[in-house]
Amino acid sequence: MGKNLGKWLISGPPVLYLVVFFVIPTLIMVLASFRYPGEYGGLAPIMRHDASGAHINLTLESYQEYFSDFIYSWLFLKTLAYAVITTFFCLVMAYPLALLIAKSARKYRDLLVLLVILPFWSNFLIRIYAWMIILGPQSVFSQLLNGFLGLFGIDPVRLLFTPFAVVVCLIYVQLPFMVLPLYANLEKHDPALLDAAQDLGANGWQRFWRVTFPLSLPGIYAGIALVFIPVLGIFAVPDILGGTRGIMIGNLIKQEFLEARDWPFGSALSIVLTVSAMIIVGLAALAARRRVGRDV
Amino acid sequence: MALLEIRNVVRRFGDFTAVDGVSMSIEQGEFFTLLGPSGCGKTTLLRMIAGFDSPQSGEMRLDGQDLISIPPEKRPIHTVFQSYALFPHMTVAENIAFPLKMRKVPKEEIRQRVSDSLEDVRLADRGGRYPNELSGGQRQRVALARALVNRPRLLLLDEPLAALDMKLREQMRLELINLQKEIGVTFIYVTHDQTEALTLSHRIAVMNGGRVEQLDEPSKIYDSPKNRFVAAFIGTCNLVEAQVVAADGEKMILEIKGLGEVAARNPGASVGETGTLALRPEKIRLGAHLVPELDENHFRGKVRDFLYMGDVTVYIVEVGEGEHIEALLPNSAAGRPRIFAAGDPVDIAWRYDAGSFLNG
Repeated sequence: MGKNLGKWLISGPPVLYLVVFFVIPTLIMVLASFRYPGEYGGLAPIMRHDASGAHINLTLESYQEYFSDFIYSWLFLKTLAYAVITTFFCLVMAYPLALLIAKSARKYRDLLVLLVILPFWSNFLIRIYAWMIILGPQSVFSQLLNGFLGLFGIDPVRLLFTPFAVVVCLIYVQLPFMVLPLYANLEKHDPALLDAAQDLGANGWQRFWRVTFPLSLPGIYAGIALVFIPVLGIFAVPDILGGTRGIMIGNLIKQEFLEARDWPFGSALSIVLTVSAMIIVGLAALAARRRVGRDV
Repeated sequence: MALLEIRNVVRRFGDFTAVDGVSMSIEQGEFFTLLGPSGCGKTTLLRMIAGFDSPQSGEMRLDGQDLISIPPEKRPIHTVFQSYALFPHMTVAENIAFPLKMRKVPKEEIRQRVSDSLEDVRLADRGGRYPNELSGGQRQRVALARALVNRPRLLLLDEPLAALDMKLREQMRLELINLQKEIGVTFIYVTHDQTEALTLSHRIAVMNGGRVEQLDEPSKIYDSPKNRFVAAFIGTCNLVEAQVVAADGEKMILEIKGLGEVAARNPGASVGETGTLALRPEKIRLGAHLVPELDENHFRGKVRDFLYMGDVTVYIVEVGEGEHIEALLPNSAAGRPRIFAAGDPVDIAWRYDAGSFLNG
C-alpha cells in the first residue's frame, strides 16, 4: 500500500500535467472537428434549439471538405515529401558526423556534441531569418551560384521563397535531432566487435555494413522519428522562406485557425495529420521490428 | 620450419616498453601459452600476432612469410576474445557463418559447415538463438566455433575462460585440450592463470616486464624455474636467501642465515655466490618425527600457523632462528580435519635435489 502510494506521488504530477494539457485538448480538438464553425469564428454550440426541440449539432462536413477537394490531400502529400527528403538528407549528413564524434578521443566528444547543439542557444526564428539573408538574391551565395550558372548561359535562379529554401532550412533545423540519437547509439558500440569482424576477415566496408550499421538501427529509427514527425507539422519555416509555392500542411492548419477562423476544418486537418503520422510511424516500426528481429 | 617465428619484437607506447625484444618460435600443432601478470606484454604480443598492433622493430613470420605487412583481415589467424565479441544482432549460426561469408564461401557449403561446426561444439539446437540468450559457457563455445570454422593456421585465445565460474572453467579446460588435439590447429593462449597454463599447454612462455623470463614445458617451468620471478609466479614456493659455501660436482652446500647449512643441487654455481633457494612446499616432508634419510636436509621446528584448504593444509613451520618454511600435507587422517595444530613440534626434511638454487 505504502509502496503504491509512493509510485502515485511520483508519477501523479506528470500524468496530471499530460492529462490536462495534452489528453483533454486533443479530445476537445477531436470534438471540434465534428462541430460547425461559429458565425463569427470559433465554434457553433453543440446543442441546437428550434421549433421541433433540441438537436445535437454535429457534422462530418469538415472531413467531407477535406476529401472533396484533392488540393488538401495534395498539400498533405507534398508535406510528406518534404519530410521524407529532409529526413533522408539529415540521416545521410548526420551519420558520418555522429560516427566521427563517437570515434574521436573521449576528451573531445563532449565539446563536439556541444558544438552540435550550439545553434539551440539562439532563437529559432532568428536562425530561420538568417537563411532569408543567405538565400536572398543579393547574398554572396546566390550571386556565386548565379554567376556560375551564367557561365553556362543558364538564367539566374531564385532561391528564396521556393520549396528548395524550405527543405534546406528544414534540414538545417532538424539536423541536430538526427545527430544526437545516432551519436548516443554509436558511442555505446563495443570496439571489440569491430576487431572481431576484422579478425574474421571483414574489410572496412564490410565491417561498417555488417556490424556498425545494423547495430545502429535503433539510433537511426529514433533519429528518423525525431526529424520526420516534427517536420510534418512545422509552419514557421515555410511561412518565412517558402513563399506561396513552399506552403505545407502546417501553414494551412494555422490559416484555418487564425485567418479563415474555421476551427472545425483546422481541427479536422490536424487530426488527419496526426492519424496519418501515427499510421506511418506505426507501419515503419512494425517493418523495423521484423527486419531487426530483436533489440540489441 | 616453425609455424610462427618471432624475432626481437619490440613495441613501445611512449616511454613504456610493452614488449621488449621478444623472440620465440611456435611449432605446428602446438598448444603454446603466454603466461604473465597483467601489464607483462602478453596481450600486446597477441595483438601484434593478430595484426591489431605492429612492432616498432623485429620480425614475425608465419610459414616463413613476413606477417607484419599483412592486414589483420588477410591473416590466416583468428582470435577468441576475452569478451567473446559475439555479434549481438546475429544468431549463433550467423555468427559462425560470418568468417565464411567474408571468404565468399558458396552458400550451400556455408550451411553445411556451420551445421557441422554447431555439432562439434554441441550447440546443434541453438543455431537460431541470439548470443544474449546463451549461457556463458555456450557463448564461449560459439566464439570458439566462429574462430575455428574456416580452419585458421593459428588460433589466438585471449584469456577465454576468465569470465566463467570455476567449475565451468575446469570443464572448458578439458574441452579445449580435446578440441585442440582433434583439429590439430596451433593455439596461442594468453592467460595470467598459472593453473590454466600448466594444465593446457605443451609449452609456456612466462613473461614479465615485456620480456620472456622462461620458455619451457610446464613441468620444467614448475620444477626448474630459471629465476626468482618464475619461481614466485608459478605456484607457491619457499624462497630463501642463500650463499654458496661449497660446490662439488652435482652437489653443493648453501649457507642460509638463521638456519645453517643445507645441501642442494649444483646448477654450476661458484663458491661465494649469493642467490635464492626455491623450494616447493609439496617437495618437503613433514612429520612429528622423521627418520633422516640419505641426502636429506633435516630440521626440527614448530608449526607456527596453517592454511586449511580442504584437501590439504599448508603449515608454516618455524625453523632455526626465525626462518619460516611452508610445507603441506594432505588431510588424510580419518576423523580429524588436519594433522597438526599451531604450536606442534614437527620435523621437516627435503632431499638435496628437491629445490633449485637461483642466482639473483
